[in-house]
Amino acid sequence: MSVDIATVKKIASLARIAITEEEAARIAPELDNIMGWIEQLGEVDTSSVEPMTAVIPNHLRLRDDVVTDGNVRDAVLSNAPVAEHGFFAVPKVIE
Amino acid sequence: MSELTDLGVAAIRDGVRSGAFSAREVADAFVVQVSKAKALNAFLVDTPDHAIAAADAADAARAAGETLKPLAGVPIGMKDLFCTKGVASTAASHILEGFTPPYESTVSGKLWDAGAGMLGKLNMDQFAMGSSNETSYFGNVISPWRRADGGNAALAPGGSSGGSSAAIAARLCPAATGTDTGGSIRQPAAFTGISGIKPTYGRCSRWGVVAFASSLDQAGPMARDVRDCAIMLEAMTGFDPKDSTSLDLDVPKWEAGLSSSLAGKRIGIPKEYRVDNMPAEIEALWQQGIDWARDAGAEIVEVSLPHTKYALPAYYIIAPAEASSNLARYDGVRYGLRDLPEGANLQDMYAATRAAGFGDEVKRRIMIGTYVLSAGFYDAYYTQAQKVRTLIARDFERAWESCDLLLTPTAPSAAFALGEKSADPIAMYLNDVFTVPSSLAGLPAMSVPGGLDKDGLPLGLQIIGKPLDEQGVLNAGLALEERAGFVARPEAWW
Repeated sequence: MSVDIATVKKIASLARIAITEEEAARIAPELDNIMGWIEQLGEVDTSSVEPMTAVIPNHLRLRDDVVTDGNVRDAVLSNAPVAEHGFFAVPKVIE
Repeated sequence: MSELTDLGVAAIRDGVRSGAFSAREVADAFVVQVSKAKALNAFLVDTPDHAIAAADAADAARAAGETLKPLAGVPIGMKDLFCTKGVASTAASHILEGFTPPYESTVSGKLWDAGAGMLGKLNMDQFAMGSSNETSYFGNVISPWRRADGGNAALAPGGSSGGSSAAIAARLCPAATGTDTGGSIRQPAAFTGISGIKPTYGRCSRWGVVAFASSLDQAGPMARDVRDCAIMLEAMTGFDPKDSTSLDLDVPKWEAGLSSSLAGKRIGIPKEYRVDNMPAEIEALWQQGIDWARDAGAEIVEVSLPHTKYALPAYYIIAPAEASSNLARYDGVRYGLRDLPEGANLQDMYAATRAAGFGDEVKRRIMIGTYVLSAGFYDAYYTQAQKVRTLIARDFERAWESCDLLLTPTAPSAAFALGEKSADPIAMYLNDVFTVPSSLAGLPAMSVPGGLDKDGLPLGLQIIGKPLDEQGVLNAGLALEERAGFVARPEAWW
């Protein structure tokens, strides 16, 4: 598997990162090199191995289904680049 | 009273308790040192008022005859990965510039509750991605150390906790927080001649710590000796219901449990860590460490960790995959940067914001993560990496059948010059060859200074322990520390 410019553009689009043609051309060989190095994992026989899910055995806890906070609207919005009328504001999404 | 800044955590704590000096004198002395060390670029934000308020509270408590808190009078540095209420927290990124958390991370909150004060927020690799502190949006941290060749080349303080390591080595603070995903506490500690411990995964709460790779991220202390690390770790550790992977365990009394006798301990030397092209000085330091451990009463045994060579490639699938998910939250909507080109729609805004806000290394890792998780590749890369991770953890479990601790070098070289490796991502990644395997297995591990190389730069030794055996790790660290007698320090040029 090699990472070409078209692949880089597709990945960047999936990752929501705008890139120029020049950047894609620069990044493609870099990623190709890194992925080539990572390929060596394929050598390892893992046919009878389960994938790791937790490094330290631990049980996910459940808490009571009750409200534990709230009434912090202004704190939630305090770092928003644009907040209007108590909401996060974004460009129009419905035509 | 500039010599107060030569004191460590225990000495400051004890001196404030006994009245040998006031907490305010200590805080003032460190505040001055921080203000004079701008050339190191170790701090992103100075918070002298925070440190002084904590010091005044300690002095007032002593005057009132109250029992002083565990860290009363101790000013520390806080890695900028920790969210601090009312103090800008950027993870050294552009995309979080201007973000001021309305909440406090659990770990920093615990330190303040223990009486510590904050001198400032420490520079780091952007989103903790890097091994040299060259990926910060706010410029490189310069190591206070210089080679003895008179060349004055600017050296890397290690990364990602490079502001922490530089500040401690330069006596700008007696201790600091770090975080370690694949070696980000241990490698910078080794590069700067200080100590640092990454506890067992789950010991320190991740709540309020800007997330990089959640199955690996773990906070820990950095300081100039093992005792100071133990004191800090006790204050930072503890169950937190706000972190689903937090371990619900009592906090051991690590400082009280310190003992440098290794009698009855078996220390394993993993043969796979004798990597190709290892510098002779690293090899010699490792042998020196083995001799010190034997002198402290340990039995030395050779062990095998057969999947060691696959740890780095597995890490560079798992960590970017988790990063690509975690960093999806930076979208220009809720906090930080927004880049809205003229006429752009919502999708364009996301892409423009992330293009402008993330540095090259962060973009590289997000894209690797996106690629390995994308349709058709998930099993070949991510599932395979998680299976290899199981094998790496199993290697350690088998090693524990014949030994109690492992001893290795911390890094494959001394500090390199800034710019020396930044053009070659894989060469940079290889710096973490000795620290990544224990991260993948969630094990406690620490670096202590062992000596200097021919250029007069520090080299570190790493001790890796069984899950939850921070005491064993700290004790072995203490045994090495006593024998190394490491007193070298960088000459102040800044």
